Amino acid sequence: MSFRARHLLGIEHLAPDEIRTILDLADQYVDLNRRTIKRTDALAGMTQINMFFENSTRTQSSFELAGKRLGADVMNMSVAQSSVKKGETLIDTALTLNAMHPDLLVVRHGASGAVNLLASKVNCAVLNAGDGRHEHPTQALLDALTIRRAKGRIHRLTVAICGDIAHSRVARSNLILLGKMENRVRLIGPPTLMPAGVAEFGCEVYDDMAAGLQDADVVMMLRLQKERMDGGFIPSEREYFHRFGLDAEKLAHAKPDAIVMHPGPMNRGVEIDGTIADDINRSVIQEQVEMGVAVRMACMDLLARNLRAERGRAALETMV
Amino acid sequence: MTIYLENARLIDPEAGTERQGNLILDGGVIALVDALSAPKGARVIDCGGKCLAPGIVDIGVKVGEPGERHKESFRSAGLAAAAGGVTTMIVRPDTDPALDTPEMLEFVTRRAASASPVRIRHMAALTKGRAGREMTEIGFLLDAGAVAFTDCDHVVTDTKVLSRALTYARSLGALVIGHPQDPGLSAGAAVTTGKFASLRGLPGVSPMAERMCLDRDLALVEMTGVRWHADQITCARSLPALERAKASGLDVTAGVSIHHLTLNDLDVGDYRTFFKVKPPLRDEQDRLAVVEAVASGLIDIISSMHTPQDEESKRLPYEDAASGAVALQTLLPAAMRLYQSGHIDLPQLFRALALNPAKRLGLPQGRLAEGAPADLVLFDPDAPFVLDRFTLRSKSKNTPFDGQRMEGKVLATFVGGQQVFGPDQEDAA
Repeated sequence: MSFRARHLLGIEHLAPDEIRTILDLADQYVDLNRRTIKRTDALAGMTQINMFFENSTRTQSSFELAGKRLGADVMNMSVAQSSVKKGETLIDTALTLNAMHPDLLVVRHGASGAVNLLASKVNCAVLNAGDGRHEHPTQALLDALTIRRAKGRIHRLTVAICGDIAHSRVARSNLILLGKMENRVRLIGPPTLMPAGVAEFGCEVYDDMAAGLQDADVVMMLRLQKERMDGGFIPSEREYFHRFGLDAEKLAHAKPDAIVMHPGPMNRGVEIDGTIADDINRSVIQEQVEMGVAVRMACMDLLARNLRAERGRAALETMV
Repeated sequence: MTIYLENARLIDPEAGTERQGNLILDGGVIALVDALSAPKGARVIDCGGKCLAPGIVDIGVKVGEPGERHKESFRSAGLAAAAGGVTTMIVRPDTDPALDTPEMLEFVTRRAASASPVRIRHMAALTKGRAGREMTEIGFLLDAGAVAFTDCDHVVTDTKVLSRALTYARSLGALVIGHPQDPGLSAGAAVTTGKFASLRGLPGVSPMAERMCLDRDLALVEMTGVRWHADQITCARSLPALERAKASGLDVTAGVSIHHLTLNDLDVGDYRTFFKVKPPLRDEQDRLAVVEAVASGLIDIISSMHTPQDEESKRLPYEDAASGAVALQTLLPAAMRLYQSGHIDLPQLFRALALNPAKRLGLPQGRLAEGAPADLVLFDPDAPFVLDRFTLRSKSKNTPFDGQRMEGKVLATFVGGQQVFGPDQEDAA
């Protein structure tokens, strides 16, 4: 097994062989999830706490299901954003949780780096379920698994990531992961939604959909994150859809067998045309949801193995 | 008491020299430079060949009085300053409430004088409440002892208000200190834009925000003729504008914090909030450009930009954490990095740390000359140590240098001929 991390806080610190390890194990969990009996005891006896400082029904459900299928005792905590704006609450909450001896902590938070801060205060394994505009590693891994199953490989592909790049942790994690796996990554979006210095990551930057989508194998659309926009980033949603929304005409510039992805939830008619989203010949959006559960099972399984090994070593040292 | 300092390496920023010599302190002033022998009855201190320089005049120190005394008091700041070789602190008016009336200035001046072992002078707010709407009583505040006027990081956005305040200040010969950061462009920023900001998912500000505001401020200085100082120039892009302004004869000076001279944006690393300062740390090219600007004299003053923040203000996600770092005690060892790296020699360094700020504020300090105040620092530029933030005398311990290897130790500090820090006098104050 090639996965050594204590926590999964981002893609940044994963090596390509670790990514492959996760995806290979996730493949096995896809098979398990398609069976009638969808349970293993990989996390039997372990406690998983899902702590969501930001609301996310989809991701939270995916983690909850993943934990339960692995046999963990799962607890969900939704913490109101207003109470955690005071950072002391964040650390105090972490210390309180720590006293309950969880084994896995799944955390989503609105501030970049908040999950790293929390991970430094607890003894269990921490899994980042999205922090601010920083990273969303399981989303990138589930996207990678979806691509690998659709295209047969996860290297030397041309992947176009389109839309609100600046506010997207999904884009950031995908950009890093796809780069590590030697893919050609293009970022397409209005310049107001493109982070500064992003070309230094080794990707190509476009503000024209037709040019950016040319011969792409994968078209990854992003949600326009209106809740993170405190100023005028775009003139209007209708102009945004006209220039950057994915419709049949724009998609025609990609390869004929290009797949369409979206992390959800979708703003139909804003970043993607509903007919494209529902086209089962092109869209793999539902597969992404399915892969999400499997990838999260794989990540938690691997983190649990490392945690058990670490505790075993500590116990041995105590005996010596 | 008469003090005879012998066997010292004298750092003279005015003459631009360093040489071996002896010094006599008497009556609170430097009585004789290059004395041959100790006067009768004088206390003799052997400097052991270590450096003796004018005490640092630190422009832009934040003290938490009034409003945030739990972060820093005049007493704790004074002790930290003495231990750091800072003999005059110029205190910022970004207090709570802002220091914007002569009555308040008189009150804090009295408190400071009774609590601090080093000299404290105050700046006052340029506009009432630092709100950018009405100018303060600049005349009364000058009479009460204000050495400069600034709204600190609350940039006055209304150019009409600012131009009137600058015009009025010019009529009184007052020095105005600006913080060149376009407030719109820099709103909400935690780091400087670039690859690192994108990687960490943190909101960034372009260095252009500094250049834009500097251009605006310099235009208003040209219009009004005011004496003006930019508190922190941190980007290469700002330097040509500053150079042009100086060449055209405007009464303009500029400063930079020790953090922007010795750290860069990558130091933030894994969301280390002790590295969150305002403006945010710049990239390495910008850092090197401002170091060169200090060496050439284009940037006149190095300050600590001492900004105490308690643990609770810093133990937050990076975006939410407070900005600022304590630096009174680390200013000199951090500045030694510039000396050790060969970028700047010691007389040049003390021009920026002591002579230039004193001259700009019209103070007699900062010189190693007969008749100058006996405010001095004795230090070993090569003494190595690892900084433990809990040894700092500031109430707040938010230093980015925690755990770092540093060189340069303050051995003794004198204010008005009195030793306020030293091995025999750890708590002389």
